Amino acid sequence: MSASHTLPAARPFSGGKRWLRYAAPQAFFPLAGRLLPWLLGAALLLAAAGLYLGLLVAPPDRQQGDAYRIIFIHVPAAWLSMVIYVAMAFWAGIGLVFNTRLSSMMASALAPTGALFTFLALWTGALWGKPTWGAWWVWDARLTSELLLLFLYLGFMALQAAIDDPRRADRAGAVLALAGVVNVPVIYFSVQWWNTLHQGSSLSARGASMAPIVLQAMLVMTLALWAYAIAAVLQRLRNIVLERERHTEWVRQYLAENKR
Amino acid sequence: MLTVLLRVMRRDLLLAYRRRADVAGSLAFFVIVCTLFPLGVGPEPALLRSMAPGILWVAALLASTLALGRLFAHDHADGTLEQMALSPAPLALIVAGKVAAHWLVSGLPLVLLAPVLAVQFDLSPGAAGTLAWSLLLGTPVLSLLGAVGAALTLGARGGGVLLSLLVLPLSVPVLIFGAGAAAAEPGDATAAASLLLLGGLLAASLALAPWATSSALRIALE
Repeated sequence: MSASHTLPAARPFSGGKRWLRYAAPQAFFPLAGRLLPWLLGAALLLAAAGLYLGLLVAPPDRQQGDAYRIIFIHVPAAWLSMVIYVAMAFWAGIGLVFNTRLSSMMASALAPTGALFTFLALWTGALWGKPTWGAWWVWDARLTSELLLLFLYLGFMALQAAIDDPRRADRAGAVLALAGVVNVPVIYFSVQWWNTLHQGSSLSARGASMAPIVLQAMLVMTLALWAYAIAAVLQRLRNIVLERERHTEWVRQYLAENKR
Repeated sequence: MLTVLLRVMRRDLLLAYRRRADVAGSLAFFVIVCTLFPLGVGPEPALLRSMAPGILWVAALLASTLALGRLFAHDHADGTLEQMALSPAPLALIVAGKVAAHWLVSGLPLVLLAPVLAVQFDLSPGAAGTLAWSLLLGTPVLSLLGAVGAALTLGARGGGVLLSLLVLPLSVPVLIFGAGAAAAEPGDATAAASLLLLGGLLAASLALAPWATSSALRIALE
């Protein structure tokens, strides 16, 4: 057998799936660091554009006057609060099944940002409810389930904080997040299930029941908050990675290089 | 399969019988909480009648959460739980047996006691019957959901408070449908619909909770 018949050189195991490389905290850490300034910049620019459109360009509402303008922060925050919970449960589930450390760290990093947006949605909702419904708080299904979502976030964080071993905390949190994710569709469909004070969704398959400019401003603000949320989560993830991998050589090197 | 289930139930019932004070304690808690409400809101019969289903349900929810701590704690402390996890029988089945025994000593007495307390709140016999039915369907769901929480908080710091923080938000649908069924007029379609939804919750949690509990137990034991 001649040398020309040798097999092609063996490729690295994950050669065809280069993106899987980023499942390693060591590989993801610098990538997250490179993405951060872009995301923060996008968040600032989009927020400036969205606030300009929403506060200066969009006309006042016929019934609510200027009070409706809180929609530009309220609705994106409420969307994000639910999306982040699903994302958290997803990464926690991936971490539980495939035993990937970074996925579980991602779930832990998502929780505080999700709780923040849930709180923001509740707070801005109260500020909006006072002038329009005449009450800071009503026991409406959607408000109540958003409050329950906040409790679920708090429970997730409290459980992870109560278990000392981080890997055990990750997996216990994952079981809890997967059990709680049942609540997110309940929030979403609660408007249809219980007929209450809360107005139905303004966005539907038939099109939006609001002025195009209001919708545009809201979507720009949504993108701004998404960019902010991703940036905040990545920053927190970087901190978690540094804390958990502090005994490894690359973290020691990184910290030595970046000593101030 | 069935033998394992029955053996585990028999063992846990026997243990509960040997520690009767624990069972009596959570029942006394249920009665005391129900007694506190009239003292807090006043003895107005009409007000109490409209609040009764909610009060009894919330009290039952709290009493069953309070009882969850001892579901796995003793077995965890003396190492029996690890033996159970190592046994060839599926852990989910053993968990189901333990939860069933737990419900028999902590949930079923609440169901039987509730119609008596309903008389104190001047509920009609029909309404008290619906209340008992809703508790009969709802308290097993509480035990099943609570088992997941009890398994997750096993060995964690601040067990009791943490357990309530995890379990109470998840048991809200049970409370809504249970109290909703009990508050509706007897024979009303709302009562039937809520009872059916409770039955659905029971079926779903019966299928999923033992499985989630056993994986949470394995995490706690590793």
